[in-house]
Amino acid sequence: MRRLRITFLTPAALVTLALFAIPMGIVVAYSLLSRGAYGGVVLPWTLDNYSRVFDPLYGQIVWRSLWIAAVSTLLCLVLGFPIALYIARAQRRRALLLNLVMLPFWTSFLIRTYAWMFLLRDTGLVNSALESLHLIRNPLPLLFNDGAVILGLVYGYLPFMVLPLYATLEKLDPALIDAAQDLGATPWVTLWKIVVPLSRSGMLAGGLLVFIPCLGAYLTPDLLGGGKSVMVGNLVQNQFTTARDWPFGSAVSLLLMAAVLLLVLRILGRREQTLL
Amino acid sequence: MELRALTKHYSTHHAVNGISLALERGEFFSLIGPSGCGKTTTLRLIAGFETPTAGEILLNGKSVAGMKPYQRNVSTVFQNYALFPHLPVSRNVAFGLERRGRSSSSAIADKVRNVLALVRLEGKEDRLPNQISGGERQRAALARSLVLEPDVLLLDEPLSALDPKLRKQVRSELKSLQRRVGITFLFITHDQEEALSLSDRMAVMNHGKIEQAGSPKEIYQRPKSRFAAEFLGEVNWIGGAGIRPESVRISRDGPADAARCFSATVTGSTYLGNCVHVQMRLADGASCIAQVPQREFHREASGAVHIWWNATDELPPIEE
Repeated sequence: MRRLRITFLTPAALVTLALFAIPMGIVVAYSLLSRGAYGGVVLPWTLDNYSRVFDPLYGQIVWRSLWIAAVSTLLCLVLGFPIALYIARAQRRRALLLNLVMLPFWTSFLIRTYAWMFLLRDTGLVNSALESLHLIRNPLPLLFNDGAVILGLVYGYLPFMVLPLYATLEKLDPALIDAAQDLGATPWVTLWKIVVPLSRSGMLAGGLLVFIPCLGAYLTPDLLGGGKSVMVGNLVQNQFTTARDWPFGSAVSLLLMAAVLLLVLRILGRREQTLL
Repeated sequence: MELRALTKHYSTHHAVNGISLALERGEFFSLIGPSGCGKTTTLRLIAGFETPTAGEILLNGKSVAGMKPYQRNVSTVFQNYALFPHLPVSRNVAFGLERRGRSSSSAIADKVRNVLALVRLEGKEDRLPNQISGGERQRAALARSLVLEPDVLLLDEPLSALDPKLRKQVRSELKSLQRRVGITFLFITHDQEEALSLSDRMAVMNHGKIEQAGSPKEIYQRPKSRFAAEFLGEVNWIGGAGIRPESVRISRDGPADAARCFSATVTGSTYLGNCVHVQMRLADGASCIAQVPQREFHREASGAVHIWWNATDELPPIEE
């Protein structure tokens, strides 16, 4: 039995080590080195990269990223909850609806984001349709702003909110809803007092699954936000490409990771307290 | 409460097929039948979770047609209690009162305290449903409904989730509670012992119809259909007459003067603690069960025996 366990766990452990632990070690090492003239890293060891992150310029970027990620997560929750509830209460078409939620994953995220550019740009589908209907004279500024970034993030991560919410709502005993109505609660009160509080774990899981990738997103802000809407992900990306400052990029990404880890631990910790 | 030709059809079958019943105020009425007989659908129709295909439900002489569950003054105790897991016992009980919005918060607190005392749940107010025992959950669910003083309390197999020993104890508590509060109880069950012991009156349901309604004694002793007779206990059908196992007597030598006397062969016996069920085969091949007190049964009572009974113990003839 013991030997069997080792046999089966060893490959996974090796893969984790090779693909996770070693790269992480490299990033940590890079973040503590100095910048090479043409990219890469050189000696000496230094902590400067970390202290530079607290420059007000970068603080603004972090703040903006938090804000955009929070708004996107909230929108995903507001949009995702009715969808999840509808699927959970659908009797026969449940499998079909769930597949529809996951359908976008069949195409690359990059292509789907380009599709949004095609829709939103000045000569895009939305603007030209509105113009041909004579509803507007000049194209609306739909692309290259925070709104477009949030739209892209909500679009991209909505399934990650819907699926955990669905899993929670589907387990909700329908007798509880009957009971609430039986005791005099209108459908709205039932939703608010019973269904929503009992789907908290799904909301937390979905919230984390959306918030974390939104916070680190770089593709969506890069393509839909234009140059104006820089988020932490873009900052990291830029350090490895145009700015050629690998140590600083490593430090920023590690701090982002630490912040997310703290957030997750804190939320999970609080959840365990409420369960006790 | 009154049901008039209440009917519920689903696309595939008739769940409830023209039920008419009148419940008297303050009575303990049971609906009993096998699973799928339509008793739970009947309850859901009364509660308002389902809409009848035809027929009427009257509460205090007024039709409740078109009224939503939250507008009807009936309350349900669910099979698995359906207590809200995120609310402590006291908030569960207060839930209905808060929804009606007629009482001040101090009046609600008073009512909650009183009803929790009534069901002996003092000191458990702040516990969550998963922190109390099964019997306590059942009482909390009762309290949650009773506090609303409904015209009719609907109970959907509320004892089936309890273990057998607890079930008997809770059964007698339920009966005395009903007497004290004087609320009409409509009790749904598939357990004949529960129905017989609790009810003032009861109705046996089968295939969406009422086979017979009446007092437990009436239905047990004078069943109008074979189904009603067999659902409430075992029946031997011998020579066209129905006789309950507890009325059948056995001995090696038949009685001198009994008109109903047959010779039989013992094929087996089941020890049940307080009594023994003896299985026999008659000369014509029919089988028969006798329930005899444990001390009167001797293991050697095997082979050829005589069975007999008093004519007055026979079930009245059933017209089919």
